[in-house]
Amino acid sequence: MALPVRRASRPRPAAPVALLLLAGVGAAFFLIPLVGLVLRTPWASSWQQLRSPDVLTALRLSLLASFSATAIALVFGVPLAWTFARLSFPGRAVLRAVTVLPMVLPPVVGGVALLLAFGRRGLLGGWLASSLGIHLPFTTAGAILAETFVAMPFLVITVEAGLRSMDTRFEDAARTLGASRWTVLWRVTLPLVRPSLVAGAVLCWARALGEFGATITFAGNFPGRTQTMPLAVYLALESNPDAAIVLSLVLLAVSLAVLIGLRDRWLGSS
Amino acid sequence: MSLEARMRLGINAFELDVNLKVDSGEVVAVLGPNGAGKTSLLRGLAGLLPLDGGRVVLDGAVLEEPAAGVFVPSERRSIAMVFQDYLLFPHLTVLENVAFGLRSRGTARSEATATAQLWLERVGLQPEAQRRPASLSGGQAQRAALARALATNPALLLLDEPMAALDASTRVQLRRDLRRHLESFPGVRLLVTHDPVEAMAMADRIVILEHGRVLQSGSPADVTQHPRSRYVADLVGVNLFRGRASQNVITIAGGGSLMAAGATDGEVFAVVHPRTVALYRTRPDGTPRNVWEGRAVDLDFQGDRVRVRLEGTPAIVAEVTPAAARELSLDRGDPVWVVVKATEVNVYPA
Repeated sequence: MALPVRRASRPRPAAPVALLLLAGVGAAFFLIPLVGLVLRTPWASSWQQLRSPDVLTALRLSLLASFSATAIALVFGVPLAWTFARLSFPGRAVLRAVTVLPMVLPPVVGGVALLLAFGRRGLLGGWLASSLGIHLPFTTAGAILAETFVAMPFLVITVEAGLRSMDTRFEDAARTLGASRWTVLWRVTLPLVRPSLVAGAVLCWARALGEFGATITFAGNFPGRTQTMPLAVYLALESNPDAAIVLSLVLLAVSLAVLIGLRDRWLGSS
Repeated sequence: MSLEARMRLGINAFELDVNLKVDSGEVVAVLGPNGAGKTSLLRGLAGLLPLDGGRVVLDGAVLEEPAAGVFVPSERRSIAMVFQDYLLFPHLTVLENVAFGLRSRGTARSEATATAQLWLERVGLQPEAQRRPASLSGGQAQRAALARALATNPALLLLDEPMAALDASTRVQLRRDLRRHLESFPGVRLLVTHDPVEAMAMADRIVILEHGRVLQSGSPADVTQHPRSRYVADLVGVNLFRGRASQNVITIAGGGSLMAAGATDGEVFAVVHPRTVALYRTRPDGTPRNVWEGRAVDLDFQGDRVRVRLEGTPAIVAEVTPAAARELSLDRGDPVWVVVKATEVNVYPA
């Protein structure tokens, strides 16, 4: 007769009470702000808030800027990731460090650096304005640039890791079958690192959506032009706290969606 | 059609230095232990590993000659390779995998698909056309890889350990199938393997590769009867000695000597089959020429026979029946007299 197999109950490891208390405080530290946000949300008027022109404008601009930044990051970041993963050349480590620096750099410093490069009197900014007529600071393009600067490293390191862990013999197989390097890249390499590409793009997009410091420093805070959601939240906190809360909730929902979408990657499969 | 390759390439401390000629009428197997350079040899031929020196000529066209600055990249060589674990593209269906080579070489989609269908039919995989490689059995994956390689109609087909990823239970049948497919392929066929049975079963000619060098080349029968290296001798299970023959006495390089009937003078190999080595507890009388004292160091019971490894000058392996081993009450460490008849020593020039 088959008895249901029961897992042998293992004695729980004895947990020091002090440790549990500290862990509890740590968990509460993350939980309470979320609870506060949800409790203080003016649910009755939130739909109204969301439909107010100011909020809609900020939302639209945020989506435009974050998706544009992600697209730019894909176009330039994937080749960069490939270069870091597949080529070895002198100065690679330094170049790679510079590329991922914005991940740890205070965003406001990034904004200042961008001003010095692309500002009116910046390294390239003057030339861009005089010869191409392109003005980046305090424009929507500038907001996109600032978001790209801060968010692209997330894509680069994610895709690079994917490329490094991929079995490159698939590329060899494709080449023996007559595939040019370009065909190998499009039909073998990129499809095989698709999970990393998706994760990198989502991560990059989420970071771009939440970007505040570099954007406000480099692009300013002009409604309809450079005022993205985080900027609008910050501004609304004084004039219209309910709108700030609703906007925050929207951003929170997006973040949660990203976290759930990438849970296998970050939280393990359990 | 033929392949003529003189290849020299170094990877860190390892060096491959090989001359190889393969005609389209034969299936050639490169046999060697792990680390002998077999995969490097294939990758070199495929253009995946650049040569340091030498010259690779396929069908009259030079594929690579470093000294002349000639290097045809992989994708422009008329070759196809079946990789050890097949490397079917996991994101494509079986049909798309087989059509991949044709598509890459610029064939229109409809035509490539039609040709791929034909190849799937030929290897009996048509029902699996729309499946992903991950859902195939080992044997099916092997056939898909073969179809993918052959669909491009290459002049040279390279197979890297084609049976290694398969279950032992299905191997015999699949080996027969693979042999049949290889026979119907008109180009040059070269496979590498570490499995002697596979090499014997699939190839018309065997090339023994060890430490990056070709030690021997010949028909399976020739290689097994006249091993020229310890590796091959061990594979076939015979005793191999190398030494200098003079007036029917061979002075063995590692110490000791053997009398052999009809040996030509000079550097020779001598092969003694373990079956023909007799063991005695006391020194035997009689006519045998080769008698020396050894010590049993290892007894390996293999069903109806016992392989006895003996220390002595020279060291040798004998094969006796379990009954004989019992009669001798032979045990590890026991001294024993070894006898080999001069007529059982098979000698050929080194």
